[in-house]
Amino acid sequence: MSKKYIPNRGFKLATIFFLGIILATTAFSQEDVIDPAIIASGEKLYNANCTQCHAINEVVIGPALKGIEERRERPWLLSWIKNSQKVIESGDEYAVALYEKYKKVAMPAYPFTDAEIISVLEYIDVASKVVPQVAAVVVAGGENGAGGSNEGMSNTFMYAILIVFIFVLGLILVVLGLIISLLTKYIGTDKEVSHEDQELVIDQEVDVFAFLKSNTVLGMIIFIFVAVGLKTGIDGLFTIGVQQGYMPTQPIAYSHELHAGQYEIDCNYCHTGVRKSKSANIPSANICMNCHVAIKTESKEIQKIYAAIDYDPETGEYGEDTQPIEWVRVHNLPDLAYFNHSQHVKVGGLECETCHGPIKEMEVVYQYSNLTMGWCINCHRETNVKSKGNDYYTNLVELHNEKNTKEPMKVEDIGGLECSKCHY
Amino acid sequence: MKETKKYWKGLEQLQKTPGFEKYANKEFAQELPLGDSDGETSRRDFLKVMGFGVAAASLAACETPIKKAIPYVKKPVNVDPTIANYFASTYHSGSDQTSVVVKTREGRPIKIEGNKLSSVTGGGTSAQIEASVLSLYDQERLKGPAAKGKEVSWEELDANIKSELATASGPIYLVTNSLSSPSTKKVIEGFKNKYASLSHVAYDQNSVSGQLDANLAVFGKRALPSYDYSKAKTIVSFGYDFLGTGVNTPLANKQFAESRRLSASKKEMSRLYSFESILSLTGANADYRTPIRASEQGAYITSLYNTIAKETGGQVIDGLPSIDNQILSKAASDLLHAKGSSIVVSGSNDASIQMFVNAINAMLGNIGATIDFERHQNIRSGDDKAFGQFVKQLSSAGGVIFYNCNPVYDHPLGSKIAASLKNISFSVATTDRMDETNSLVSYLAPDHHYLEAWNDFEPVHGKYSLSQPAISNLFNTRQVQDSLLSWADMGVNYYDFLRTNWAENLASLSKKSILDFDAFWEECLHDGIFEPETVVTNEVDMDLSVLGKAAFNITKPSSFLELVIFENGTVGNGIQSNNPWLQEMSDPITKACWDNYLTVSPKQVEEWGTELGDMTTQMVNLTVNGQSLKLPVLPQPGQKYGTVGLAIGYGRSVAGKVGNQVGFNAYPMINVDEGGQLDFNIYANVTVEPTDEVYAIAQTQTHHTFMGRGNVIQEATLSEYQKDPQAGRHMPKIATSEGFKKPTAVSLWKGHQYANHHWGLMIDLNSCTGCGTCSIACQTENNISVIGKKEVLNRRDMAWIRIDRYYSSDSNGDSYADMEIAAENPEVTFQPMMCQHCNNASCETVCPVAATTHSSEGLNQMTYNRCIGTRYCANNCPYKVRRFNWFKFHDNEQFGDNLAMNNDLGKMVLNPDVTVRSRGVIEKCSFCVQRIQSGKLEAKKEGRRPVDGEITTACASSCPSEALVFGDMKDPKSRISKMLQIKSMDKGVEAQEPRAYHVLEELREMPNVWYLTKIRNKDEKKEAANAHS
Repeated sequence: MSKKYIPNRGFKLATIFFLGIILATTAFSQEDVIDPAIIASGEKLYNANCTQCHAINEVVIGPALKGIEERRERPWLLSWIKNSQKVIESGDEYAVALYEKYKKVAMPAYPFTDAEIISVLEYIDVASKVVPQVAAVVVAGGENGAGGSNEGMSNTFMYAILIVFIFVLGLILVVLGLIISLLTKYIGTDKEVSHEDQELVIDQEVDVFAFLKSNTVLGMIIFIFVAVGLKTGIDGLFTIGVQQGYMPTQPIAYSHELHAGQYEIDCNYCHTGVRKSKSANIPSANICMNCHVAIKTESKEIQKIYAAIDYDPETGEYGEDTQPIEWVRVHNLPDLAYFNHSQHVKVGGLECETCHGPIKEMEVVYQYSNLTMGWCINCHRETNVKSKGNDYYTNLVELHNEKNTKEPMKVEDIGGLECSKCHY
Repeated sequence: MKETKKYWKGLEQLQKTPGFEKYANKEFAQELPLGDSDGETSRRDFLKVMGFGVAAASLAACETPIKKAIPYVKKPVNVDPTIANYFASTYHSGSDQTSVVVKTREGRPIKIEGNKLSSVTGGGTSAQIEASVLSLYDQERLKGPAAKGKEVSWEELDANIKSELATASGPIYLVTNSLSSPSTKKVIEGFKNKYASLSHVAYDQNSVSGQLDANLAVFGKRALPSYDYSKAKTIVSFGYDFLGTGVNTPLANKQFAESRRLSASKKEMSRLYSFESILSLTGANADYRTPIRASEQGAYITSLYNTIAKETGGQVIDGLPSIDNQILSKAASDLLHAKGSSIVVSGSNDASIQMFVNAINAMLGNIGATIDFERHQNIRSGDDKAFGQFVKQLSSAGGVIFYNCNPVYDHPLGSKIAASLKNISFSVATTDRMDETNSLVSYLAPDHHYLEAWNDFEPVHGKYSLSQPAISNLFNTRQVQDSLLSWADMGVNYYDFLRTNWAENLASLSKKSILDFDAFWEECLHDGIFEPETVVTNEVDMDLSVLGKAAFNITKPSSFLELVIFENGTVGNGIQSNNPWLQEMSDPITKACWDNYLTVSPKQVEEWGTELGDMTTQMVNLTVNGQSLKLPVLPQPGQKYGTVGLAIGYGRSVAGKVGNQVGFNAYPMINVDEGGQLDFNIYANVTVEPTDEVYAIAQTQTHHTFMGRGNVIQEATLSEYQKDPQAGRHMPKIATSEGFKKPTAVSLWKGHQYANHHWGLMIDLNSCTGCGTCSIACQTENNISVIGKKEVLNRRDMAWIRIDRYYSSDSNGDSYADMEIAAENPEVTFQPMMCQHCNNASCETVCPVAATTHSSEGLNQMTYNRCIGTRYCANNCPYKVRRFNWFKFHDNEQFGDNLAMNNDLGKMVLNPDVTVRSRGVIEKCSFCVQRIQSGKLEAKKEGRRPVDGEITTACASSCPSEALVFGDMKDPKSRISKMLQIKSMDKGVEAQEPRAYHVLEELREMPNVWYLTKIRNKDEKKEAANAHS
């Protein structure tokens, strides 16, 4: 009866260790992987309140916020954001120096809760990591190093945990094996243990190697390897051609963060086609000249525009020797997919940021969305058709409401998932 | 009648030749893999595949190459990338001109559409017009001026030519095709003023000089009248192919179709008689077609003349050759019943014959009614005799300027011109590419393509059409009028000259008061036309006394072998020979492409013992007046026994990569008499010697056969239709436990409910003349590959829309004698066939990867990027409309003829909204889904429903006869819904129009393409049979 008892005890021990480690790791991961909802709300707050004066990587009016938590402690930041003047008045050295450095422009007080401020800080933390890391697929210039996107980052982290976990498990197994062999030896030599018990234990053939060589274990190992291999392979295949995070170096260091973010120039001002044609249009140099004929005329980057359009800032005259600016295309849909900006922006009423991400914060534009078909389809499944005030949809909405009163009409419901909507 | 009527696509099918049988039941002529004979995978193959796999995988792992996005430096105000702009302009080629609208994308013309505002063309186009946009992007266009074989600048060239002109000893000739441009004529006048020794001669490839002379003699006007076929109840054509290759075919097609359109409120239609030797498009559309010998035409016409004269009290002329023919008598009686609403035409270039035709029309009261000499056509004005005179005097000329013409190739006296050119030191040519003529001249002053040029035209007297550049010149070419202006030192450029001419001479014609010429000019440019209202008096002076003299010149019927030289509907007169779209377009009648051939009656082929195989035939030696040609024979049902036919436009030697040495040059065979008069019918000294040499003609006629399933064509006669609008309909019934039911009532499928749109296409077989314009429009719109003769022979043609041409005869074709009768003079039906967008599509159910699916708007969608090329769909399609990309046709040197996809310049013609397909995928008609999507988007942007007519397919929009109507069957107010009287049913829609049917209805595919039965204006069979006997 009790024959199976001892190995069972070993398993029990292992289970306890196992559980302990799981608890430990989850606790550990909870601390570091922040809830995306918090980041999202932080992002919202950040965009609504901070971007007038701050950017992540660049000094605007106030300092760049990258790595802010490395520079200052959280409590200090909380009080600073709530009321910076108060901190300065308190005579805090750092605060006074900061105030002096940024031309005595005071940062307004924000009546946020601690949680709200933390969410903004978390967002800044994430955003600080994102930008340099998205240079993963830089092709032009090839100056930036490797890395992953935000999503890739947490994935890597999960993998690291997994590997550590497997390693620890292996260690436990080895330790357990050692303990068992020690115990066996001990029981064999201990005279207080009854002969019967001794026999019982010593006769037990606990052969770890035989156990490892058993078909079950081998089968399981093979299964795990094949499964992991397949999963990695298939995941890898799905990323072929996906250039999420692609951030090439452009011939002119144009900053969306400055133009669209700080100066709040409407996207449509430069991207003239976005409401009327298939392509949003990269602005022609004459659009740049609307402002830059007078603004920042000394800048090296602006000189590049002058060279392209053959403009002489001295005389203010245009020549004939124009040279088109060869921008590097960031968003590359395959030729087999037809995408029309006006359908989405004008008819669908989408914001540019829905697909292009926090463009108002991008000093260098990178590909925010993965632009895969799954991504398109998913949005078509989730998005409600903007039918209000558009007579094209009137009948369709009525028909839809007859059948389905709960859900509003999604793109999917009017054929938005059909092949010939995008492929022809 | 239905039981005995038999339809056949070609003689192969009629006679069930082994070649036809071999392929009849196969969807694909070959199996995969191509080229491997053993079919086994060797170790080497394995390594190759493995090597490729590894390489592909590692390549895929690499980063995508950098793509550049290069915006305009200064964006033109009117150009928005990805938005099409449309410009009205005028197509012209040789003597032809047609008002068109040019679609441009990012400044590149990519498609030609008809100009719906033009009353001269009726808004239609032709295959050659549709294809002309590709000629713009031909790499073989001349890149700049040249003098004596050396590239020079325009200044140098001008200096040289001016000094040559000033020092020329002897007359200088300016040779052109017919010119109708008022401003160009003015330029030439100015040129003449400067150089008094200049004389202008014009010729036409397809000359109507005889008719012009006849009109001058009878009506005092050397011009072609405008015909109005839509007003005609009876049309009699003697060998004049007004639908296929006549003058201004788009309008003729439109008017003819109008006269034949039937509806519940209009149950009358015109009747067309055709008496001809070859089977032309007009003959194919005739209700009564009589094959006659070419030499009999005169006798037929004079017989008709005397019959009409007798009845109308005209002057009966004795001693004229006469023919007793029942059909002719019938035609005469029909004509007499339709006085003032009939048309008699002849294709003869013999002035005497044309005088009689004029007299017949005059006696019938057609002049001023259906035939308008006041608003005469200027499209043909060439004078054969003057040109003959010019050729005689050319060797002593001081110089010659060839203005956009190529007479060395396309005039029968070309060899004489070529010989004389060697003696002339000063010769200039302005054609925009190398050709047979300008390769012999000393100076090249290449003109712009018409899409790059300014010009004006007056195709019909008092109706003007403007040409404006849709793109700036691609090469260092110069508008020919500018060349003339600069050689004449007139110190003005042609654009200013043109404007001035319009301001001085044309603006005043406008009925609207013109305060501002600029506004008038802009309006004309926008519309592309200027058609001021004019008062038509319909008064014509007539002099029929000339007939007496003409009577002596009427040819008597002969019994020798006769040759008829004609123009076909694809390559036409050969100017656009280097256009692969036209070369690969299958001829409306013979369904052959990439060739011309001797069309011969099947009986004659039998006599010559020509061996015919699967698309193979044998060569014969044709000798005409000492000129010899070795060419292949093509048995043509309907060809008159004792005559052979040969098309012009082929056998170019200096046309370019595509057009060189395709087919055989028929121009030198054209008969030229002493005075220079051309005759396209050769009655004597035609001999043919058969040879054993085998030749392959790429014919698409038996490709994609319906495998013997009947009821594809449904037709009736007019009287049957008048009694029962459903006449001729085949109504299959399916046996069920509850008795016989309509096929649509029995279905496994739930059917589709379309909430938004339900696209449909209606094709009126009665209006379709089979011209094939739609097939080129489709090719342009949808980036369809050209595959070359070799692959057409392999039955791999890619056309998304094909015009099936069926012959039919009342005999059942079982016995040999029956077959002979059937082939002698069959009836012809044309049926445009494209993807039927079935609601229960059999292709959709067999695709293993769901690459072809049904949309919520009734489209059968084809997703190339999903297709893995199993071709199950094509096998399962009963309509045989799916095309497989056997090869990569783009960027592939082996398919160099596919100009639109194989060089950077050619690629500019591609429609950027349509994917270029690669190897291994199926493609097919998409109902121009790109047009549907963009039309819907426009409507959505403006917050409204699409307006009917706004969204249409390329085929429907190009159709000159409006036989194809595309629209939303969900919209009860749309034209298609009204014409078909669409009614919604449980499992789809039903057309209440009695003539509407689905091809192969019994298969329950439930297509979204509806056909309307063909109605022939024929008497009941009994009478017809009597008439035949």
